[in-house]
Amino acid sequence: MLSMAGKSVRKWWALFALPTFAAFVIGFLVPFVMSIILSFCRFATVTDAKFIGIHNYAAALSDPEFWHALIFTVAFTVVTTLIINILGFAVAYLLTTNIRGANIFRSVFFMPNLIGGIILGYIWMLLLNGILAHWGRSITYSGVYGFWGLVILYCWQQIGYMMIIYISGLQSLPGDVIEAAQVDGANGRQTLFHITIPLMMPSITVCTFLTVTNGFKLFDQNLALTNGAPSNSSEMLALNIYRTFYGRPGFEGVGQAKAVIFFVIVAAIAIIQNRLTTSKEVTA
Amino acid sequence: MNGKVRHPAIWTVFFSLVSLLWIFPIALVVVNAFKQRSYITHDTFALPTGELFAGFDNFNRGIEQTDFLSSFTWTVVVTIGSVLLILLCTSMCAWWIVRVHNWAAKILYLLFLSNMAVPFQLVMFTLSKLSDTLGLNSPWGLWIVYLGFGAGLAVFMFTGVVKGIPVELEESAMIDGASVPRIFFGIVVPIMRPSIISVAILEAMWIWNDFLLPYLTLDLRRFRTLSVAIQQLKGSFGSVDMGAMMACLVLAIIPIVVFYLICQKYIIKGVLAGAVKG
Repeated sequence: MLSMAGKSVRKWWALFALPTFAAFVIGFLVPFVMSIILSFCRFATVTDAKFIGIHNYAAALSDPEFWHALIFTVAFTVVTTLIINILGFAVAYLLTTNIRGANIFRSVFFMPNLIGGIILGYIWMLLLNGILAHWGRSITYSGVYGFWGLVILYCWQQIGYMMIIYISGLQSLPGDVIEAAQVDGANGRQTLFHITIPLMMPSITVCTFLTVTNGFKLFDQNLALTNGAPSNSSEMLALNIYRTFYGRPGFEGVGQAKAVIFFVIVAAIAIIQNRLTTSKEVTA
Repeated sequence: MNGKVRHPAIWTVFFSLVSLLWIFPIALVVVNAFKQRSYITHDTFALPTGELFAGFDNFNRGIEQTDFLSSFTWTVVVTIGSVLLILLCTSMCAWWIVRVHNWAAKILYLLFLSNMAVPFQLVMFTLSKLSDTLGLNSPWGLWIVYLGFGAGLAVFMFTGVVKGIPVELEESAMIDGASVPRIFFGIVVPIMRPSIISVAILEAMWIWNDFLLPYLTLDLRRFRTLSVAIQQLKGSFGSVDMGAMMACLVLAIIPIVVFYLICQKYIIKGVLAGAVKG
């Protein structure tokens, strides 16, 4: 069943759809398919690939550094998702009350998002090393230092971003429901926890989803702030994959298998989390 | 929301302090950019006065070591070219997908959607090899790579907008004898304008700051972007010239802050549009 417009537009596929699709084939489809195939091969370049079955996956899963990076990344994602969303929501909640200067505060909190991950990493390397120098240490003193350094950096970057989404959600809440609750004698806390937060579930879903996937994929900040030091103990998954690939000759296939595992986890998180949180949404 | 907080003045003071704390890391970089490099690591919090003051020495060295002007120019070329190409091609493609809506269009749409869940590390090796083979290792080659790898989000956002545009408008123009490209550029694009700005902001923020894709794809002997140049200051081993690094960070942040001050309204709209579905 095609509309009249559809019939005439269809003939124009070469002009309208083909350029994007052609670039998509080059920039995504072919590399994607090749990547999956190569994860089952031993190779140093694309042309010398030899099929070796699931050997790469076995090697990836028996690499203790891969497991360390995975646990590090999961812990990082859990901690940052909690902090960013709680603080982002709290700041948004306070800034939507009549606080003088709210617009300026909003602009300040949001600003770090515009700065690239590499630059952010070096900004925080300066500050954290400056502080730690008092104890004769640096951010690469141990993996634990690197972990909390990355947590602080990422919270500083992301709180403002989530705040913007929460503010927009709070501003579009139906005012009459909240007023009705107050007329019925609900105090501030009851209104917040029983009315506002349930009504905010769509925003909370979006923000949790964004923080989890972006935190899990973090790369630039990790590279600039610690580069995995000391001895790969502050290495997140994306960096571990990168360094398996480009830092260890002969391990390209293992790196590719790790990347496929990484992709499967990211895709699974996206699907599971969307299912879980959308079911809790409440409509007014 | 209402003004139920009891002490707005106290909150203003509180948030003023937090805001200062928020800006502090950036201010610290600015201060250290004017400090002699040997003092940066150990006297990070000292002001650049007296013998610590380095004037613009760090800036001169930083600009020289990163070839700052050329990296800056290439970043501008890559970002503007890619964003314009993405806007033009994906808006046309999204319109085609929604209006045609046959099996081919549906498959195309699903393919684009799948692209959004893929981390770059999965395709970094094959994509960089392929773009090398096809000669796309130049700034203008990157326009095509970014169009391909960034198509998912843009197509997704544009199709959402086009679905909300009543088809009757286009059909009556068709009856009046307007051609398909004319209808798209004359009727559809003006309606899509706000979302075009949002997508432009989102893609520009991504491409301007992107590191790994240009690092692996570009021919680094001839072209480098700012993120790549700054990362290369550190090199793989040995000590870093912290003075030059601080100066380059300041120079890289200034255009971003200026852009933010001018376009803040659009940036926030873009972020919200992008967050609608993650």
